[in-house]
Amino acid sequence: MNSRTVIKVMIAFYIFLFFLYLFGPLFVMSVTAFNTPNYPQAYPFEGFTLDWFVKLWNDRAMMEGLRNSFIIGLGVVAISVPVGLAAAIIMNQIYHRARGIFYLVTVSPVLTPGVIIGISTVIFWKDMMGLTDVTKAVFYKGVILAILGQSSFVAAYCLLIIMARLQRFERDQEEAALDLGASYPQVFWHILLPFLKPAMISAAVIAFLSSFENYNTTTFAILADKTLVTVLAGQVRQGTTPALSALAVIIISISLVGAIIYEVMKRREEMAAMRAKERAKIAERSEIEPA
Amino acid sequence: MNSRFFVFLLPLVVIAVFWAMARGEAKLAHDPTRKSFFERNGTALGVVFILLVAFWTLFLVTLPYLYMAVESFHPKLTPLERGGPKDFLTIEQYKSFFVTPTDGTWNTTHMGAFLFSIIASVAVTALNFTICYPLAYYMAQAGTAQKVRLLMLGLIVPYWVNEILRAFALRLLLASRGLINQAIMGLGISDTPIDFLGNNTGLYVGLSYAYLLVMMFPLYNAIESLDKNQIEAARDLGAPWWRIHKDVVMPYAKPGIASGCTMVFMLSAGSLAAPQFLGGPRTLWFTSIVYDFFFQNFNWPHGAAYAFILLAACIAFVMLMLRLFKVSLGETIR
Amino acid sequence: MSAGVELDHITVRFGQFTAVNDATLNIKGGEFFSFLGPSGCGKTTILRTVSGFLDPSQGSVRIGGRDMTGIGPNKRPTALIFQNLALFPLMTVAENITYGLRVRGVPKSERQRKAGELLNLIALPDQGKKLVSELSGGQKQRVAIARALAVEPQVLLLDEPLSALDLKLRQHMRNELRDIQRRVGITFIYITHDQGEALTMSDRIAVMSDGAIEQVADGRTIYDDPGTSFVASFVGENNPFAGKVTKADGEGAVVETAFGPLRGRNLKGLKSGDKAILFVRPESLRLGKAGKDTTFTSEVKNVAFEGNMTHLFLKGAAKKDISLTVGRHGGVKIPGQGAAAVICYDAELGLVLPEGKMARE
Repeated sequence: MNSRTVIKVMIAFYIFLFFLYLFGPLFVMSVTAFNTPNYPQAYPFEGFTLDWFVKLWNDRAMMEGLRNSFIIGLGVVAISVPVGLAAAIIMNQIYHRARGIFYLVTVSPVLTPGVIIGISTVIFWKDMMGLTDVTKAVFYKGVILAILGQSSFVAAYCLLIIMARLQRFERDQEEAALDLGASYPQVFWHILLPFLKPAMISAAVIAFLSSFENYNTTTFAILADKTLVTVLAGQVRQGTTPALSALAVIIISISLVGAIIYEVMKRREEMAAMRAKERAKIAERSEIEPA
Repeated sequence: MNSRFFVFLLPLVVIAVFWAMARGEAKLAHDPTRKSFFERNGTALGVVFILLVAFWTLFLVTLPYLYMAVESFHPKLTPLERGGPKDFLTIEQYKSFFVTPTDGTWNTTHMGAFLFSIIASVAVTALNFTICYPLAYYMAQAGTAQKVRLLMLGLIVPYWVNEILRAFALRLLLASRGLINQAIMGLGISDTPIDFLGNNTGLYVGLSYAYLLVMMFPLYNAIESLDKNQIEAARDLGAPWWRIHKDVVMPYAKPGIASGCTMVFMLSAGSLAAPQFLGGPRTLWFTSIVYDFFFQNFNWPHGAAYAFILLAACIAFVMLMLRLFKVSLGETIR
Repeated sequence: MSAGVELDHITVRFGQFTAVNDATLNIKGGEFFSFLGPSGCGKTTILRTVSGFLDPSQGSVRIGGRDMTGIGPNKRPTALIFQNLALFPLMTVAENITYGLRVRGVPKSERQRKAGELLNLIALPDQGKKLVSELSGGQKQRVAIARALAVEPQVLLLDEPLSALDLKLRQHMRNELRDIQRRVGITFIYITHDQGEALTMSDRIAVMSDGAIEQVADGRTIYDDPGTSFVASFVGENNPFAGKVTKADGEGAVVETAFGPLRGRNLKGLKSGDKAILFVRPESLRLGKAGKDTTFTSEVKNVAFEGNMTHLFLKGAAKKDISLTVGRHGGVKIPGQGAAAVICYDAELGLVLPEGKMARE
């Protein structure tokens, strides 16, 4: 055996260990979701059951949490994506030195522990909304505070994602549209926005997922309401039931399917681009030697 | 109540400075192609952009922080007492971090928890870097495109399983009745189960496990853009493999390393789930103390003060990383 | 409809840097007008000033007699073809072409009709549904032209639009552009650093250098009677012989050069004692002896046989070699490397210009 094979085997072994570490716990947990004992147990496997999924379905607190998580997720997307877009555009247009400060302010939530964002959101908005009885009754709710708190840092993710794409925008496109008679708002709607659309979709997906799985900020901001994750946390604290494993199985399956769909779509897009290139090449050839 | 409202002045001052700066710079660098902000976006859109960003940066970012800062300099009050004679500025909350208010001795419990949280977070950061670097390098430079895609897919899926469930999964493995103890006893290595949760193994593994991919992706992105020829050239010149990493790859990947380390540290130090579900009964994580101030003592100013101490530690760490790696914030966070 | 373009003492400054310095020019309606100059000479800045993307620091632009000060690029009767074409990659060919009509609120049916018409004009019938990424370089070029023509501009501005194409296609597109211009009859303002493009297509050319207009004339004049030493050395190959004017009479002047006194035409009215440069093009030089003041001797440094002609490189006064083109007629004996060659030219093919800036090689 030469040293090359040794290295190859070592790399393969290392990758195996890495993914064992990554997936092992998830796999063991998934097994417990289908095992009959009351305590989540992977071994010995005493019998196959789907009862834990049924139990999960009947868990009213969890279902309410799930509903809230969806509402909060959508709310966060509705705030963060437009804010991220606006911030990216402003960032792109302001002057050099001012940009530094603006950048610092806008990315600071990414570098702040979620716990702190949650606490500051509650402390601040409690007094803001407490200014009048009406606002307090209407707005001082866990779901709304969670949306505000999460948007604080999720908007920064959106900004970073959208800005990365915006930096590849060619100024010529804007000028070409202007030159053809478009007004500045028309340039935005016809040229810039379609260009940024893929980044905005990714930003929306990331925003929703970040919101959905957030714990640190939400646990403070949610007040008396609950989200799926805070319900989960409460149950884990109280003890362990295979119903939680069942939930994990569902989440893992959904993300697996999502990842595969994403991959397929990406591949299809690449194929389309390749085919276009192929056609362009054919057109090029016929141009040089006209038939 | 009133003392709290002067925080609203500060953002106004900042905005004024900001505006003056932009003005000054515009005059200094005369550029005939420059269009004003409203000209370039149209008045309506320009106003919408500014309102959105102002709402975010003021009401969701700066004002809550400032307000929390002011709150941390107040005593614990009932709603009725606010604005009354008992509502004065004080550093009592910060003092209690160092000195126990009841008996005047050093508050070793809280300071100890703080130090433990910081040191453990640094350790977890170092651990995750060690685990992730080889794979990130392999994926970015050595692997074939198809293999990398598959590996990436394998990384993305567990990334979206939330923290709580990941902690739960580890608990199933590490608990005294868990699979690992079953194996240990089944193989006869030990007669009694090992208390992985009590001896903090669970905590470290949990933190490392939870933030593994937060280290992975920045490292991969940074190394990926490195020109393969540079590594080839170093190899041609006879550099041993560890020198290639030390002299070529790591200096190039600095922003990614700084980014990954900063994020992992910040998330670990601010983590709630792993210490709550995987820490031993005697383990006191700093965020848990903050959590208890809020939900058990209902002492918000105290919680706010401690949150600020944590924030200060995180800012210090970020600055240290930027200094250490000699990179700018803009390079680190993309 | 076409409109003339007048530049009235245009100066454009970027901070400390002056990109265009006091340019005054009158481009006639329906003219194919080129700005020719090396990169960084300010020609693109002029184009962007005319299209309205930047406001001149001083002076004004008039299009069709109307002052354009304060009128944005989207309100000017001009259309610009960008160097990289700037086609919209997310739109189809037809959508690209009719974009200018869409923002003017032209109804869809009318837009479709117009798209078909323009696709015929650029010889891409029935290709409207394609994506831009499916087109070849030349096709993209034509789509960019059609997109600009769709808004029926009075002036079409072209910013080195052929530079991305390969050589063969570029030559083909020259004819096509000229042809389109004749058909639509509007003013074309063309920016290029390629003198071949400028000379073949243009009615008139403005040669620019360092932000200033050096000469405005038709191609033949630019080539045969360059107005400055810069134009003489930038357009086409030229051999400079620097020296002092010793004799100036009627039409001609004699310059005392490193190769002795040499004679040329004196269009600039130089006087005896002025510092001057005599320019003789390689194809005007020939081997052999002629009259006084038009014959000199130099050593052959290199001979390059190119089939239909031979290039001779002879030792010059400075670093630059004297180059000389020998056609394949007659039994001219070409001297070998290292030999001394006697060279002459017709006095009316030499041109004496005042000493000045030369184009960088």
